[in-house]
Amino acid sequence: MSKDDFILRAEGLHKSYRMGATEVKVLKGVDLAVKKGEFVAIVGASGSGKSTLLHILGALDRPDNGVVKFEGRDLNQHSGSELNRFRNKMVGFVFQFYHLLDELSVLENVFLPVMASRSVVGWFACRRWAKSRARELLVQLGLHERANHKPYQLSGGERQRVAIGRALMNEPRLLLADEPTGNLDSATGNGILRVFEELNRAGQTIVMVTHDERIAQRAGRIVTLVDGKITDSI
Amino acid sequence: MYKVILAIRYLIKRRITYFAVLAVALCVFIVVVVMTVMTGLVSDFKQKNHDFVGDCVVGTKSLVGFAYYEEFVKILEKTDFIEGVSPVIKSYALISSRGSERSYGVEIMGLDPVRHSGATGFGRTLYYRKGDVAKAFEPTYDSNLPGCVLGIDLALQRDANSRYPYAVSPAEIGFSVSCFPLTAKGALAKAGLGEVNTQTFYYSDHSHSGLARVDSSLVYLLFEQAQLLCGMAGPVERANAVHIKFKPNVKLKAGREKVASLWQKFKQEKAGEKQANLLDTVTVQGWKDYRRAYIAAMEKEQTMMTVMFAFVGITTVFIVFVVFYMIISHKSKDIGILKSIGVSNADIIELFSGFAFLVGLLGSGVGLFAGWLFLLKINRIENWLFERFDFQLWDRTIYAIGDIPNQMKLGVLVVIVVSAIVACLAGALVPSWQAATSKPIETLQVSQL
Repeated sequence: MSKDDFILRAEGLHKSYRMGATEVKVLKGVDLAVKKGEFVAIVGASGSGKSTLLHILGALDRPDNGVVKFEGRDLNQHSGSELNRFRNKMVGFVFQFYHLLDELSVLENVFLPVMASRSVVGWFACRRWAKSRARELLVQLGLHERANHKPYQLSGGERQRVAIGRALMNEPRLLLADEPTGNLDSATGNGILRVFEELNRAGQTIVMVTHDERIAQRAGRIVTLVDGKITDSI
Repeated sequence: MYKVILAIRYLIKRRITYFAVLAVALCVFIVVVVMTVMTGLVSDFKQKNHDFVGDCVVGTKSLVGFAYYEEFVKILEKTDFIEGVSPVIKSYALISSRGSERSYGVEIMGLDPVRHSGATGFGRTLYYRKGDVAKAFEPTYDSNLPGCVLGIDLALQRDANSRYPYAVSPAEIGFSVSCFPLTAKGALAKAGLGEVNTQTFYYSDHSHSGLARVDSSLVYLLFEQAQLLCGMAGPVERANAVHIKFKPNVKLKAGREKVASLWQKFKQEKAGEKQANLLDTVTVQGWKDYRRAYIAAMEKEQTMMTVMFAFVGITTVFIVFVVFYMIISHKSKDIGILKSIGVSNADIIELFSGFAFLVGLLGSGVGLFAGWLFLLKINRIENWLFERFDFQLWDRTIYAIGDIPNQMKLGVLVVIVVSAIVACLAGALVPSWQAATSKPIETLQVSQL
């Protein structure tokens, strides 16, 4: 396997947090490599550091030590604006609690990443395309009739599908999902996982964090995180 | 574009925002009303003083007055920048109505009504002789009698509604006016004789200058008669002041400087004359400096008001700060979401600054509208309060104002609106900065370390 097959490589990641007077070491030297088109599940108990790892992989946080390389480029070398661009274009996040903006409609939530990356003039130049792409995604996710609803008018599963639509809006190379079914019943959760499987079959690289082994089984590879270290990769 | 959309949606959907808008609106309303009324009162007061004095005064505070004024008046009249010149006599007198034993102290001003109306707004303050100022000192009931023009509050007493009970013609009342004539050296002219100059004058008109002190204590007499009363007539006549009005295109400062220069030259020419020493006490002042003692008090009041309302502004900043702190605390999740899709810190600050700008703009708009509406009806409201509850904001027997000023000035409004918006931006700055610099993971996934 050549080095270029890996979209993401994490080497020797360390991360600790201060909780009062004590320092909590969350990651203690994590190495992880994700190939293009792979569907990786990171499993671990609550507090094992899996969400922290996901945030570092998506440049929402920085490691104390170690390197994250995305398509061969070290994220530590990126400037603030480059990291913003990276989060906007290269990765899409799906969170456990959906994290949609209640003030925006479903459609607006989906095309928000395009709007956020453009000036007012730039937005007016591409808004038709953006709206059309957002509608297309909503059709794919079975939400086309909900386009003008507000997030609080939707069920949990529907909200998570809107979050997936938003994450896919800019056609990111990497989809990062943090407990995407953690707040859903099993039937709805299964629906979300089916969406992930379809996306993966279409070539989407996905890294998903979960504490549920059964959900992790749906991924192509399972990485187990115990006490801040990867102990197993199946 | 999302910043505009989100700022507008935050404004509409967050109820707490209404409190911020209301706080701004209330502050703007108060400031607009008070500043409009205060600015109106001050500018009205200044205008009345300007009308009373003219543009410039060459005069002395000494009751002795100064000599050679006629020659100087001629010099002034020959210049091309002066429109009107009026020499006046100013002194104090005791006045009592004929048949009454009660006398009281007043100020007297001797003037030529036509010349004085050309240099000041005197003619416009008259009631019966407004259209014929030359006859200001001719009583309508007998034009041969020596007339006097009384300050309106000496002539009429306001009724229960604080209005003057104007009569069709002036009442036939005679007044004894007694003066202490002074020599050119400042001694009593009739010392040793135990007498003062006394003459009877008849009420011919009244003057309503709108200046409380003037209207309640000044009696106007014909120049020559006042000069005689004060002992200023004689081989070398004296006057106390020369009031001057510049032509419309002449700036006050430039005009005053020209007059001062002419006066210096005149004084040097008169250096060897007998009563030249009296010229040393003469000053050349613009109308504002001449009435400084009265205007300064009003301006001081206005400054104090402005300072007080600066504190109101600071309170607004604090209210907006608290409201924004609460709003942004509730919106920490949104900030995390926006950062997760690549929104920068600067964009977050812009978003909340835009939100603050909208709060300021809307609050100012509401406050301005309410202020405008209130000012439009302020005199009706005051009349209603007076009729129903006998309450008057300014007792007209004390304050010489007619209606409460309610003309909003564009410049003042612009300053108020800009200040309100800046106050909102200042109030939102710290919470916005805190929001922008917060870590997204702290707001998105706190429990998932």
